[in-house]
Amino acid sequence: MSKTRVPVREQCPKKRVTNFEEVCLGYSLEEATQEASRCLNCKNAKCVGDCPVSINIPGFISHVKKGEIAEAAKVIAEASALPAVCGRVCPQESQCEGKCILGIKGEAVAIGKLERFVADWARENNVDTAQVEPKNGKKVAVIGSGPAGLTCAGDLARKGYEVTIFEALHEPGGVLVYGIPEFRLPKETVVKSEIENLKKMGVAIETNVVIGKTVTIDQLLDEEGFEAVFIGSGAGLPKFMGIPGENANGVFSANEFLTRNNLMKAFKEDYSTPIKAGKKVAVVGGGNVAMDAARTAARLGAETHIVYRRSESELPARVEEVHHAKEEGIIFDVLTNPTQVIIDDKGWVSGLRCIKMELGEPDASGRRKPVEVPNSEFVMDVDTVIMSLGTSPNPLISSTTVGLETNKWQCIVADEETGLTSRERVFAGGDAVTGAATVILAMGAGKKAAKAIDEMLMGKK
Amino acid sequence: MYKIVEKRQLAPQIYLMEIEAPRVAKSAKPGQFIIVKMDEKGERIPLTVCDYNAAKGTVTIVFQTLGKSTLEMAEYQVGDNFSDFAGPLGQASEFIHEDIEALKQQKIVFVAGGVGTAPVYPQVKWLQQQGVQVDVIIGARNKEMVILEDEMKALGATVYVTTDDGSNGHKGLVTEVLKGLIDNGAQYDHVIAIGPMIMMKFVAKLTKEYNIKTTISLNPIMVDGTGMCGACRVTVGSEIKFACVDGPEFDGHLVDFDEAMRRQAMYKTEEGRAVLEAEKSSHKHTGGCCGGHHHE
Ligand SMILES: Cc1cc2nc3c(=O)[nH]c(=O)nc-3n(C[C@H](O)[C@H](O)[C@H](O)COP(=O)(O)OP(=O)(O)OC[C@H]3O[C@@H](n4cnc5c(N)ncnc54)[C@H](O)[C@@H]3O)c2cc1C
Ligand SMILES: Cc1cc2nc3c(=O)[nH]c(=O)nc-3n(C[C@H](O)[C@H](O)[C@H](O)COP(=O)(O)OP(=O)(O)OC[C@H]3O[C@@H](n4cnc5c(N)ncnc54)[C@H](O)[C@@H]3O)c2cc1C
Ligand code: SF4
Ligand code: SF4
Ligand code: FES
Ligand SMILES: [Mg+2]
Repeated sequence: MSKTRVPVREQCPKKRVTNFEEVCLGYSLEEATQEASRCLNCKNAKCVGDCPVSINIPGFISHVKKGEIAEAAKVIAEASALPAVCGRVCPQESQCEGKCILGIKGEAVAIGKLERFVADWARENNVDTAQVEPKNGKKVAVIGSGPAGLTCAGDLARKGYEVTIFEALHEPGGVLVYGIPEFRLPKETVVKSEIENLKKMGVAIETNVVIGKTVTIDQLLDEEGFEAVFIGSGAGLPKFMGIPGENANGVFSANEFLTRNNLMKAFKEDYSTPIKAGKKVAVVGGGNVAMDAARTAARLGAETHIVYRRSESELPARVEEVHHAKEEGIIFDVLTNPTQVIIDDKGWVSGLRCIKMELGEPDASGRRKPVEVPNSEFVMDVDTVIMSLGTSPNPLISSTTVGLETNKWQCIVADEETGLTSRERVFAGGDAVTGAATVILAMGAGKKAAKAIDEMLMGKK
Repeated sequence: MYKIVEKRQLAPQIYLMEIEAPRVAKSAKPGQFIIVKMDEKGERIPLTVCDYNAAKGTVTIVFQTLGKSTLEMAEYQVGDNFSDFAGPLGQASEFIHEDIEALKQQKIVFVAGGVGTAPVYPQVKWLQQQGVQVDVIIGARNKEMVILEDEMKALGATVYVTTDDGSNGHKGLVTEVLKGLIDNGAQYDHVIAIGPMIMMKFVAKLTKEYNIKTTISLNPIMVDGTGMCGACRVTVGSEIKFACVDGPEFDGHLVDFDEAMRRQAMYKTEEGRAVLEAEKSSHKHTGGCCGGHHHE
């Protein structure tokens, strides 16, 4: 058996920085069965334990080995509603694949790539994995259509609930549509079709409804006949650094930049929303969001720098994303911290003053704390700055729902096992509870809440 | 889909539309705005709520044609649909939380510039209906550009009109009218100004001298309108605020208008920026939401 995985085909870096099509092309059936055959079908499969939704990984892979892709899809569907998404964006190296036994002496099984293959194949071949129980006449409201909301809605619909998702934006999907770019997660083929599947199960989606503004949670419960509410409103509020010049024209949050490009499709000529990428862009931050913003700016034609205050080994972004960004010509200026945005006489960005950093003593998180190198200030010649410093939950819902407890980071306080909040019949999960995290964790929270809501409404507990 | 049930042209470039949007109509309050998106390829356009009818399930907007999107919007007819209409967004005007009897003791004057008269209308309506008597100064380029004058009068408000060319009412700027009223003994407790940024800036400058509480309504560039992108950030006092969730109304004495005006012009093309420069130097500012009123 091979110690290395079957390589996956990708668009060549030179070509892909000129388009927004998907970078990774995925396995063929032949490649997938070959990769699947590396799996040892472990009895006590460690990989499953580190998948937040506990997909029966050896189970689905053994079907792939035999070429039974529809069966594989059904095994995955028992645990996950969004396999085509997770197969693409899960940080697999630190989850399922991180625990794969083959990883000890060689390369872990490419679980994510296999999951993606199965999901794509099932979609292309119209495999129906949805099994819906008869309607039970009970109404549940879900707030937000990101991975947490979609998963919660899907699980409840399958159990016969009448579910309505309320989404503030004009398009459902949450970060999957406004944040993560097309070249990592195709919107039409992947995201839309996962959402279509939910609709087929009877989930209603009302877009343009901002809970807390258009209608409140209390109104949903008291006036509209919903018996329970799940809040999956994410963590969308962007942070800024608070340095001088940050309100200059040409300074954007990553959310703004990505939303213009992804949700509003500014990269397409015939869409009305404008975007300005400039000629030289500094993206401040080192996470997945920063990589996405940088790779988007590069595709819009800019020379793009990642400016990050720690060292390269501390970049919080997924290894694959950093690797792809480098292949695409993104310049990494690590151990560098901005101190001021320099503004020209018309109010536009004309440079970014930075200071060099070095690693000092470990801090509370165990990472070595970056400290400033004295007299090392310099000016980066850029005309655009994109701040990618993280996000926190938006107070729209907590400020309009009496008795909904939040913590000092504005996160909604919810029980870890059930998602129950301080308000009766109100559950929450995903980034709204944890702060910015991952797709699969949000899905896991949506699942747990769906189970708890079902138990509550059926009087099982 | 959100159907247009009425359309009227109020002035050469100003249109009123009544849209079927029952959820928004039910919860809208004076001071709030909506975001409309015309179709799949359209941008998200923020517009102030000008009127609402919960029973009928409709919301009225008034917009001025400025660029691509608003020009396109003016082509829509009664019976056509907008694909998206989200709201109500932002905070309602502060006074709706105040005690009515206390409000009746106050003397409130609205200063409305150009299409900014539209967002003033629901506020005047709300107050007059609660029995709070208010004054309104409407400023516009000329007679043709004065909107909602009769509607405001019908509500019982005392209306003063001023135009740049004197073709309707006083000849000159809204600030001159306001100053005149104050100097002649009007004891205003609260000035609420909505119009072009430059007008609001000068109203705030004037009222600062008289130490009168002043509220203005900002219209920065927005994308989502829910606090997610930060495009709408403005400096108020020493703080950064997101106009879409913290505003759009702010204390006029604390707003950094120069920064706000600069940011509002961010997506103007190089050519458009040149036009703006030219307009500024000839003292004819027409940019921004509520353009159409000269100043300085
Ligand atoms: C650019 C970017 C790249 C990322 N890359 C990855 C990655 O590669 N892998 C990974 O695992 N994770 C990634 N993440 C993180 C991941 O996307 C999030 O953790 C996940 O989407 C959280 O899901 P959620 O359902 O909790 O919230 P969200 O996806 O944020 O969805 C929340 C939804 O609720 C809506 N909403 C908010 N308030 C209201 C309201 N008041 N009323 C109605 N609707 C409301 C929002 O509009 C939104 O649609 C990335 C995030 C970003 C921003
Ligand atoms: C809270 C708020 C309330 C508003 N209320 C009204 C109103 O009641 N009536 C009215 O006529 N206008 C209003 N506006 C302004 C209106 O949104 C813009 O005039 C419109 O978006 C211009 O679009 P355009 O494509 O036709 O013009 P463009 O050529 O794209 O832009 C012309 C100018 O409009 C402004 N603008 C452009 N895009 C946006 C955007 N996404 N968000 C905000 N401003 C933008 C900029 O100042 C720009 O320079 C409001 C704006 C805000 C933020
Ligand atoms: S959902 Fe994510 S963690 Fe679970 S198996 Fe799939 S890729 Fe791995
Ligand atoms: S640990 Fe690796 S080899 Fe074992 S079942 Fe999981 S994927 Fe297969
Ligand atoms: S418009 Fe995006 S945060 Fe205000
Ligand atoms: Mg426009």
